[in-house]
Amino acid sequence: MLEINAGGMYYRDLNQKIRDAVNSGEKDITVRNVNGQYYIGDGLRGKSTITVEGVPGNDLAAFMDGPTLVIKANAQDNISNTMNTGKVVIHGNAGDVLGYGMRGGKLHILGDVGYRVGIHMKGVKKQSPTIVVGGTAGDFFGEYMAGGVLILLGLNNDGRPIVGDYLGTGMHGGVIYVRGEIDKNNCGAEVGILDLDDEDMKVLKESLTEYCKDMGLSLDEIMKKGFKKLIPVSLRPYGNLYAY
Amino acid sequence: MFKSLAPPEYLATIDREKCIRCKRCIQNCGWGVYSWGGDKVLINTSKCVKCLRCYHYCPEEAIEIVDNPTRFKQNAYWGYNHLRNIKRQAETGGIPLTGMGSDLPYTILFDSLLIDACQVTNPSIDPLREPMELRTYLGKKPSSVEFEKGRDGKLKLKTKMPPQLKLSLPIIFSPMSFGSISLNAQKVLAIAAKECGILMNTGEGGLHEDLFPYRDNIIVQVASGRFGVNPDYLNAGVAVEIKIGQGAKPGIGGHLPGEKIPLEVARARMIPVGTDAISPAPQHDIYSIEDLRQLIYAIKEATNYKPVSVKIAAVHNVAAIASGIVRAGADIVYLDGFRGGTGAAPSIIRDHLGIPIEHAIAAVDDRLRQEGIRNEASIIAAGGIRSSADAAKAIALGADAVAIATAALITMGCTTCGKCYTGNCSWGITTQRPELTARLDPEVYAERLINLIHAWEHELKEILGALGINAIESLRGNRERLRGVGLDTQILDILGVKPAGR
Repeated sequence: MLEINAGGMYYRDLNQKIRDAVNSGEKDITVRNVNGQYYIGDGLRGKSTITVEGVPGNDLAAFMDGPTLVIKANAQDNISNTMNTGKVVIHGNAGDVLGYGMRGGKLHILGDVGYRVGIHMKGVKKQSPTIVVGGTAGDFFGEYMAGGVLILLGLNNDGRPIVGDYLGTGMHGGVIYVRGEIDKNNCGAEVGILDLDDEDMKVLKESLTEYCKDMGLSLDEIMKKGFKKLIPVSLRPYGNLYAY
Repeated sequence: MFKSLAPPEYLATIDREKCIRCKRCIQNCGWGVYSWGGDKVLINTSKCVKCLRCYHYCPEEAIEIVDNPTRFKQNAYWGYNHLRNIKRQAETGGIPLTGMGSDLPYTILFDSLLIDACQVTNPSIDPLREPMELRTYLGKKPSSVEFEKGRDGKLKLKTKMPPQLKLSLPIIFSPMSFGSISLNAQKVLAIAAKECGILMNTGEGGLHEDLFPYRDNIIVQVASGRFGVNPDYLNAGVAVEIKIGQGAKPGIGGHLPGEKIPLEVARARMIPVGTDAISPAPQHDIYSIEDLRQLIYAIKEATNYKPVSVKIAAVHNVAAIASGIVRAGADIVYLDGFRGGTGAAPSIIRDHLGIPIEHAIAAVDDRLRQEGIRNEASIIAAGGIRSSADAAKAIALGADAVAIATAALITMGCTTCGKCYTGNCSWGITTQRPELTARLDPEVYAERLINLIHAWEHELKEILGALGINAIESLRGNRERLRGVGLDTQILDILGVKPAGR
């Protein structure tokens, strides 16, 4: 195991240190005293696990392709931007624009998230991205979604709405599972609200089993409440927009 | 079925005396204008777009395509396209699409600018006998340089130079994605770029593996759809370009319909076959210059600090935006003017939004100079560069290099018919239909494109020679060597150019 003390370190130097460690074959890295450094795990490849102590800055795990990042605190904006494979676990809340254009891997967040989470996520072949949010989400959750799975649990919401407006606006692929009821008025015109079938339950349970293990939560407890499924009504939401 | 009330634009006619019924017109037309009627070729002229493929491949010169004389009554205010679009919209309720750059008769400033030449007092240079330097480096330049003495006593550069893209001449190919154009068309660009020592740009459709051998001559693009973007892709070329906007459709997104996403396109874009490829209008991780800076440096971190270009459409506030882009850390600002081409755009957007590239170059160059940051980034100007003269004028106005797309496609057979969005291009350029793309032999057509670039290279050298300067560097931003003809005071002021005769 390698420890890196990030205290007072410029992000470029810190990320170079992490990259060097991963490239030299280090599989288990702990970065201590992180305080807002940007781009941790940016474009990083390999199979290492990197534990971050402290709050990392924006663009965590952007373009990442393989490693696992475990954040022991809150995290900020733009996490897993265009991430290809790998995993990010956040034991706290996270900010806006998470998983933008994400093509694979997993993003697990224990707490609440901000606006525009899961925008334009897409899957291809066996690669399919999954985001699980334990708490609540802001507006534009799953906007332009083209593939993958978004799961919103709404735990500990203290009566607050679990999701904002424009849910799934422009969605043309993938699936969103929300624990609890969804108001059609919060949704984009392109989505339909359905009950889960057996295949959905299989996908959901598989994802949540891993999530619960990461977060130390009880799957049975979470599954006590029912889920709704959101899928696009049309794979071609804008098919009739043009005159040729 | 309800017959369209918009009369056909063109009449395809066959001289029956000359026709030998070889059916080549039927094979060659990607639009389905011709069919076999048992004893003669039948014509459905409403499908004709005047791309002239049939004309070129008719061995008997029996085909003639004429503008339909039975079009709407001529009207100086209500033009043909106004009537046609209204009728089409009345029939479909849709937005009329178009391809190419705008062809509307707005003032073309390139055609109102003339280049200086030497007479008597300052000798011109003959580029056939004397060296003429067109080499161009794109990227940040340091504001000062320091030298030190090496061990061998020779002076060497002490200042660490930011990464530079080396071009043999200041012309590159504009981004055109695999999907909007065929893979063969991309190969033509890649082969020519390599041969000419310049660059091509993948556009936002990912990078097909057939282009890997050309990686030293490729810029990879990242747009809002993030198609085909992963760490390998970001590192696959010599630079990365963030696409914010396009001159033909500033402020709106892209949309490649599912039926134009066959297996190969889907693979390069890393999306399932047959799904729509939607590029949202904004990149939702960029709402400010600060956000842009964040993405620029996210890319630099992922690529060990390769140069990053930011492409924007030329809009009213382009100078301030460009200043922000430079301050956000971009190495290159790519300006795409109002006349810039497109594979598909709503014609209402293409024809009415944005500003011409000539204004934009002058405004951006001025602004960056005033702010003392002109050296921080190179400017690429694009959007309707039709000739080496346009290129020279753009460079004299302040661009470091120009990018061409339509001109390159014309070497592949394009006749600017503007129907790229239909995916039926009979020349195999803007289509994915295998029987059509197979017509575009990359080696054969690359030769033609290489010829064009070499011809423009010679012309640029002749222009420099006439100006009495021996390096493109001396023309860059040298507006004193331009004069305006028939331009009003205000435009001359914006361009920073004197009127002819002064």
